[in-house]
Amino acid sequence: MLSRNSSRAAQRLLRAAAQPAQRLNMARSFASVADEQPIQTVQSDIFKPTKYGGKYTVTLIPGDGIGAEVAESVKTIFKADNVPIVWEQIEVSGIDDATTKGRTEAAFAESVASLRRNKLGLKGILHTPISRSGHQSFNVAMRQELDIYASISLVKNIPGLKTRHENVDLCIIRENTEGEYSGLEHQSVPGVVESLKIITRAKSERIAKFAFSFALANHRKKVTCIHKANIMKLADGLFRGTFNRLAKEFPQLEANDMIVDNASMQCVSRPQQFDVMVMPNLYGGILSNIAAALVGGPGVVPGCNMGRDVAVFEPGCRHVGLDIKGKDQANPTALLLSGTMLLRHLGLDDHANRISNAVYDVIAQGKVRTRDMGGVATNNEFTRAILESMEKAL
Amino acid sequence: MFALRSIAAPAQRQCFRAAPRATVTFSLHNQRTYATQGKVAAFTGQKDASGNYTVSLIEGDGIGPEIAVAVKDIFAAAKTPIAWEPINVDPILKDGKTAIPDAAIESIKRNKIALKGPLATPIGKGHVSLNLTLRRTFNLFANLRPCRSVAGYKTPYDNVDTVLIRENTEGEYSGIEHVVVDGVVQSIKLITREASERVLRFAFQHAQSIGRKKVRVVHKATIMKMSDGLFLNVARQLAKEFPDIEFDAELLDNTCLKMTTDPLPYNDKVLVMPNLYGDILSDMCAGLIGGLGLTPSGNIGDECSIFEAVHGSAPDIAGKGLANPTALLLSSMMMLRHMGLNDYADRIEKAAFATLAEGKALTGDLGGKASTSEFAKAIIAKL
Repeated sequence: MLSRNSSRAAQRLLRAAAQPAQRLNMARSFASVADEQPIQTVQSDIFKPTKYGGKYTVTLIPGDGIGAEVAESVKTIFKADNVPIVWEQIEVSGIDDATTKGRTEAAFAESVASLRRNKLGLKGILHTPISRSGHQSFNVAMRQELDIYASISLVKNIPGLKTRHENVDLCIIRENTEGEYSGLEHQSVPGVVESLKIITRAKSERIAKFAFSFALANHRKKVTCIHKANIMKLADGLFRGTFNRLAKEFPQLEANDMIVDNASMQCVSRPQQFDVMVMPNLYGGILSNIAAALVGGPGVVPGCNMGRDVAVFEPGCRHVGLDIKGKDQANPTALLLSGTMLLRHLGLDDHANRISNAVYDVIAQGKVRTRDMGGVATNNEFTRAILESMEKAL
Repeated sequence: MFALRSIAAPAQRQCFRAAPRATVTFSLHNQRTYATQGKVAAFTGQKDASGNYTVSLIEGDGIGPEIAVAVKDIFAAAKTPIAWEPINVDPILKDGKTAIPDAAIESIKRNKIALKGPLATPIGKGHVSLNLTLRRTFNLFANLRPCRSVAGYKTPYDNVDTVLIRENTEGEYSGIEHVVVDGVVQSIKLITREASERVLRFAFQHAQSIGRKKVRVVHKATIMKMSDGLFLNVARQLAKEFPDIEFDAELLDNTCLKMTTDPLPYNDKVLVMPNLYGDILSDMCAGLIGGLGLTPSGNIGDECSIFEAVHGSAPDIAGKGLANPTALLLSSMMMLRHMGLNDYADRIEKAAFATLAEGKALTGDLGGKASTSEFAKAIIAKL
């Protein structure tokens, strides 16, 4: 049951992640033939969100840090394109400042309820305070609560945005609900702490199946399992063993595995060798950050979290950006592209194409760029440039 | 710890308990000595009658013997006061556990220092890796991994000069794992105050000794609040003892992102972190400068220290005289500095980097055509 659902969810991503056949020759490889072989349509899907009055309701959680600013850009741009989406905006915060605007369980519960109801969300990142145990990360809690088990980060060079590495095109699929983030810790005696990492066969199977189905649906060639089974022989051994077992069911895909320290070394020296990568929770956090840095940082990497019932789209490299909050310096590209993934998830490809083409156009021209992309423009100016580009394209 | 196990006690559980427990008791014992001893893991070896320090030499497998010869030649040419004592560490089974021969253990214990080439770990048959065995046998609690860009070898990153210190005995690699029920595995990450304090103290002292003013802890205490939180808290407390060193902490995600984007801001810092993060990040840093063939490594313990090349034994080119001895050579420089022979280390290092920068006598892996011995001769010529 688990696996059937995960494969279905992955196939949905064909639409979600697919890039259009673009004028700029930007089409991501996994989507280039999407139009010829529609594997599954929104109509046949089990958790198709309902449309009321011709519009979809989508939960919008701006999040902390730069969240409010970039969410505003997304709203402006979506509105300009008349996207048939009504936002149900929920203000949740992870910042513990003892005000009503700060971290409250009520707001968190409201956001989870809203996501359950709408089945779709666009989300910024919530801050997680370090101190005071007992405060679980809202990001993690949300993923566990809604069982959105697969996190996908799409890491690809954006044309015109020069970085140290070229031809990077990889996709990181990360188990989202167990592993090191189980939150099970205890102090046996003062000064001795044990933290549990949980790996289960069911969840390993689910994520591996998802990864293979995703690779198939998006016309990718290779799936690499990242692990540390040489040291954690049982836990990561189970993960790798399950992966290898499932690989036999997908003979059309190349499957291999790599130890996580070697993978991070290869990632910074020869990232072109990777295609789809699947891994437990913590390694996903590490590698998505390394990979994001290869193509220009967290501001340009889109992503999403898929579950059986709910899909939440959020930037693929999760950074709150508290340091540049309110300075109008944020780069809305990651959230915008995550938003276009959401549009494709809904089958609104035309809207998605117009918006993503405009984003890529503006970046490729290089005149208006935010600071993280080496420019001097503000978030507002960048957003306006995208709007202008969309207007011209009409 | 025990309560948890008894709740979860299934028939199939499997625990490798011996090692981490030994670690804990050992460190408890050690802690008392810190106040009087002052410096963690100071070198206590003595010169022999002819004025030389004896160093145990584990040549290793594959290309190991060739690159060891290169290092020995260079050392002889530089007239370093080192006498080599070759030892054999082929594993034996002792009470059903992988162990290294007693003669080797005695040699390292006597000399307090060893240099080690690559060892091939036999795959399968439940062999614990020899590296791990060495680490446990001698309780080498800190792994020191500096990475410096080599002028002659172009990578996308220039002028990298990072120093990473990794806790080596516990954390995610505690080896405590068990199957709770079929299909559910628990793996325990163990963080103790003693082991954390020991490695952090070493980090601060190492920063002082190499003249860096900043120490940064890398952690994931947002998620692992108690375990990484403990590591972080110990670091904060210890930082007060080192007022001349600037201390801060950074989330693992940020470190990965920033280091890969631009490693230069890390050139004035010493990074210290728990086991797994250190493992991943130190290899990532090696990737920044061109791979494990160019990075030295030191395993530091209270009793003795082992300096090693962390790359593989490359059986495909073994015996052909093609291997690159840089990693082992740089590790031996770290060893000399650990022994207080900084002048010799500086001289050899200068010659080695000059040879690499010149690019005339590079080995095949760096895009040259020179043999191992030609490369060594080029360095000797520069001494």
